Amino acid sequence: MKSSVIIFPGSNCDRDMDVALKKFGFKNKMVWHNDNVIPKSDLVVLPGGFSYGDYLRCGSIAAKSNIINSVIEFANKGGLVIGICNGFQILIETGLVTGALLRNKYLKFICKNIFVKANKTHNKYFNKIKKDILELHIAHNDGNYFCSKDDLKSMQDNDQIAIRYCDSNGEISEKSNPNGSIQNIAGVFNEKKNILGMMPHPERVIDNCLSSNDGSYFFENLLSNMK
Amino acid sequence: MIEVNEKIAIDHGLKKDEYKKICELLKRNPNLTELGIFSAMWNEHCSYKSSKKHLKKLNTKGKKVIQGPGENAGVIDIGDDDAIVFKIESHNHPSFIEPYQGAATGVGGILRDVFTMGARPIANLNSIHFGSPSNKKTKSLLRGVVQGIGGYGNCIGVPTIAGQTSFDESYNGNILVNAMTLGLVKKDKIFYSKAAGLNKPVIYVGSKTGRDGIHGASMASAKFDDKIEEKKPTVQVGDPFTEKLLLEACLELMRDDSIIAIQDMGAAGLTSSSVEMASKGKLGIELHLDKVPCREENMSPYEIMLSESQERMLIVLENGKEKKAKEIFDKWNLDFSVIGKTTNSKNIELYFDKNKVANIPIDLLSEEAPEYDRKWKKSKLPQKIKFTKKDFKNLKITDVLKKILASPNVCSKEWIWEQYDHTVMGDTIQKPGGDAGVVRVHGSEKAIAATVDSSASYCYAHPFSGGKQIVCETWRNLICVGAEPIAITNCLNFGNPEKPENMGEFVECVEGLNEASKYLNFPVVSGNVSFYNETKDKGIKPTPTIGGVGLIKNYKDMITMDLKETGNIIFVVGKTEGHLDQSIFAKEVLNEKKGPPPEINLFNEKNNGETVLKLIKDKLIRSAHDVSLGGIMTGIAKMCIKGKKGINFYKYKGLIDKFEFFFSEDQGRYIIEVKKENVDKVKKILDKNSNHYDLIGEVIEGNISINDEPTLSVDKLADYNKDWLNKYMVN
Repeated sequence: MKSSVIIFPGSNCDRDMDVALKKFGFKNKMVWHNDNVIPKSDLVVLPGGFSYGDYLRCGSIAAKSNIINSVIEFANKGGLVIGICNGFQILIETGLVTGALLRNKYLKFICKNIFVKANKTHNKYFNKIKKDILELHIAHNDGNYFCSKDDLKSMQDNDQIAIRYCDSNGEISEKSNPNGSIQNIAGVFNEKKNILGMMPHPERVIDNCLSSNDGSYFFENLLSNMK
Repeated sequence: MIEVNEKIAIDHGLKKDEYKKICELLKRNPNLTELGIFSAMWNEHCSYKSSKKHLKKLNTKGKKVIQGPGENAGVIDIGDDDAIVFKIESHNHPSFIEPYQGAATGVGGILRDVFTMGARPIANLNSIHFGSPSNKKTKSLLRGVVQGIGGYGNCIGVPTIAGQTSFDESYNGNILVNAMTLGLVKKDKIFYSKAAGLNKPVIYVGSKTGRDGIHGASMASAKFDDKIEEKKPTVQVGDPFTEKLLLEACLELMRDDSIIAIQDMGAAGLTSSSVEMASKGKLGIELHLDKVPCREENMSPYEIMLSESQERMLIVLENGKEKKAKEIFDKWNLDFSVIGKTTNSKNIELYFDKNKVANIPIDLLSEEAPEYDRKWKKSKLPQKIKFTKKDFKNLKITDVLKKILASPNVCSKEWIWEQYDHTVMGDTIQKPGGDAGVVRVHGSEKAIAATVDSSASYCYAHPFSGGKQIVCETWRNLICVGAEPIAITNCLNFGNPEKPENMGEFVECVEGLNEASKYLNFPVVSGNVSFYNETKDKGIKPTPTIGGVGLIKNYKDMITMDLKETGNIIFVVGKTEGHLDQSIFAKEVLNEKKGPPPEINLFNEKNNGETVLKLIKDKLIRSAHDVSLGGIMTGIAKMCIKGKKGINFYKYKGLIDKFEFFFSEDQGRYIIEVKKENVDKVKKILDKNSNHYDLIGEVIEGNISINDEPTLSVDKLADYNKDWLNKYMVN
């Protein structure tokens, strides 16, 4: 399976994503933001970081970069696109997924392990993962997900809520919400569920010696669905 | 241009006789630009004029040292052609004036020092010190500094893996912000700052030059007074995004051999970078200042030479490589300009619009810079306090433990390090909060451990012992994670060197740290001195900060301090003599601030450390933690909290009082957790190596149980430990 990771100036999880994708068997290419066309890919990843310094608004300048039209075209044709952290912010700025990511509720950058409960219905990202609760990792300043009531309802009706913050027992509550996100939302799909935007970094938790190994399930499941 | 006179020289921070010497050496009066250059190169921060004499004595050599002090950073060999580049640096003065930008640019500056040498930064650390929590400025300074460190490090994408925070009223008017960076490089791809060859192009890359930070280095060489707000314009403004681009562009250019020498523009900007490169190469340098990319209009040569705008580098390139280099910097959207060349004049010659605006022999700025043999006062070892049973009457161990765990200097600093990205780059295998941070050497089995330590109250009580103690503590922290200690970097934060007491603290701390460094074969490879940490004539406690680096050959052998399994046995390796003077217990509980710091026995230190490391390598230890602030009881409580386990203490039968046993801060000790089946084996090894040890208890679930005292729930203790800082920052 072929994947492409876009490097924007200021991306800083591009290498980590490259390492993770290769570890699980993807043939990955790095793509420069100034290029016009993405190479032939089965998956495109917008990595975390601070694209264009996050100036103006997180992700907003990247959403106007040269490469982005090609990403949008790929996505509209049903190609699989993942945006992690800053990548999620970019997806939102391009309009590929719905909502907004505000400053964290307590106005602090947060770096820690969190638990999420995944939506396993009708999507290729989490469907066959054996665990119900995944221990992933977040590191962000602006991950407080928000959307209108109507959008929330239509996303819920269409199973577009991808993952929600919970505690180690799977309980979704105010206490297990690290950043104030509406409904504890940590990640969402587009309508067709080929695009996933999420704040947690699966690429940072892919080995038992790291803070968790649950990111491995994510990549393994994704690859198994693509074969 | 204004005529330079003695008064203007003094306004630039120079002393009367220093100005006289400049005129004599030049055989004329300097013009204003030249005076600015002299003041920047001759100030304490750049010239080390008060400290040089003593720093020369430092132990800087060792089998694994590739580069000692004198370069942008030190370099050590970690095998397989890999090397680690590291250094610690202070950004104290700017951080007090403007905490966010001061701390942020401190991180930016030390990162540049490391990637200038060709290394990709792989870890950041910091040591930050604030005034008393009740001081009205403390909270906002702490918040600003933490956000500044995070703001820069998080954006550039280098994990912050360890640190240290302390509170003491001596920092009320002068906080300390020390930042450390480690980078990874191949041994044959290290870049240095020594220029070589004539007529080689001198290139300016990075951000444009603005009027920010003019005289930053002079400000950092002065004490503070009431007019401190006026100094804000001397603080630089950081842009981590540009630094990230500069990092990637420089590393890309470094892939081949285009670069002859490279130096970041840190303190004293273009002045010190150009002078240092030429001076090391025994060359001259010619610069055309009108070619320097500026972000403001009508900048004068004086301003261009003294600006401390961030994220800039100066490079001496091989002839003919300009085009290729420019392409790389264009790709990363960074300025690139050929601004001059190397010459054989041995002078720095500056032109602006074809007029020569300065011409100074480089030797006068470096070799001829003043060097002082300051007067210093020897300190006496304070008399030991005689604690008696009466002092401990009415005290309960459990109450004391709760109080210590919730005290500002012992409490959990999670509120701080959760704001630092400590996992980016995907190789962090031990996060902040342990004895040392650990990152894997990407793509290999090796891992690097790093720690920062300082003990200002020990150093204040007796500088010589304190200096020794910190080096030993750093050594111990590395051993506790299973790393072989290799080398250290030091950040020497002191008061006013013109005062014999402060100078004495400096001299004796350096002697102490040097003695330990020699004995432990733990050389100093880089460092920085920060004097004049003084406000309205009140100086800080002497605070040398030591950053230590160690190697773990196989990352799977790393251990952590959290207790692992119930039923395991807890040993304390090293002898507990009951030294309470200067301990947290004496200060927080008995309100006794006098007395000498604990003694260091270097033989035992080395012997205990080496044996513990051997036990870890032999996989006989499940968890380890050194005994430091708050003694055995505090140490074990932290191991319980981290591991969510408890301990059942054996009945205490020692000769000293139990408070002395549990809370004394004798040095050279480790708490280790050993599986029952390995207890005899461990005892045998400890006996064979003549290490003193005590068996103190057994790991149990959830509680700390001490004879004759109520049982403590570890969950509750964890809350005590965590709550203080959370509540302090929220309220």
